[in-house]
Amino acid sequence: MATVAVQLFASYADLLGQSRMTVSVPDRATVRDLLTSVRSLPRGGGIPETALVAVNRRFANASDPIAPSDELALIPPVAGG
Amino acid sequence: MIRAALVDRVIEPADLLAEVATPRSGATALFIGTVRETNDGRAVTAIDYASYVAMAEGELERIAREAGEKFGVDFLVVEHRVGMLQLMETSVAIAASHAHRGPAMDCTRWVIEEIKTRVPIWKREHYADGSRDWVDPAPRSEKVAP
Repeated sequence: MATVAVQLFASYADLLGQSRMTVSVPDRATVRDLLTSVRSLPRGGGIPETALVAVNRRFANASDPIAPSDELALIPPVAGG
Repeated sequence: MIRAALVDRVIEPADLLAEVATPRSGATALFIGTVRETNDGRAVTAIDYASYVAMAEGELERIAREAGEKFGVDFLVVEHRVGMLQLMETSVAIAASHAHRGPAMDCTRWVIEEIKTRVPIWKREHYADGSRDWVDPAPRSEKVAP
């Protein structure tokens, strides 16, 4: 297992009550594994399975790998403008 | 000259127009997004714009560069504001100039649509009844009934 830090914003930060958290993920984890770990936390089920995730400030696919050194963020549906 | 920025100050559209002014241009298009007094039938008093700043700045710059290439526009300025905005304040402004009106107008339209789907910015609306909510960008028809 590995530990990664994740940033949370807007409605997701409100849902989980924090703007930054650490979660455990399997070795050689993917974005999908990260979402599974977050969704298993108390109130984490409110985050959709298909939530957008940014890896190093770029939108990532579910199968993309993640590493503890990556800048990870869960991105609620954007609403700029 | 192509520039995009996330700002936490008042946006001055006239300044954007001045930035894209050039003797090469025969047309200048300006889009301004402002805070509206109602949304989904609720009375809005203000909107708090939040952002994942580091990513939003990069995404805004990418959109501007892509728009420049897509429409052949060399003079484009985009500013999106974050923080608490009152009714009628400008949240986003996009100015583009080109030799002809078509590319200038198409460019500003494309940029605002891309911002709305790609840039990590969120709106928390404050309502007249004292409540506040994050805006869900999904059309009402797509929302799942509780």
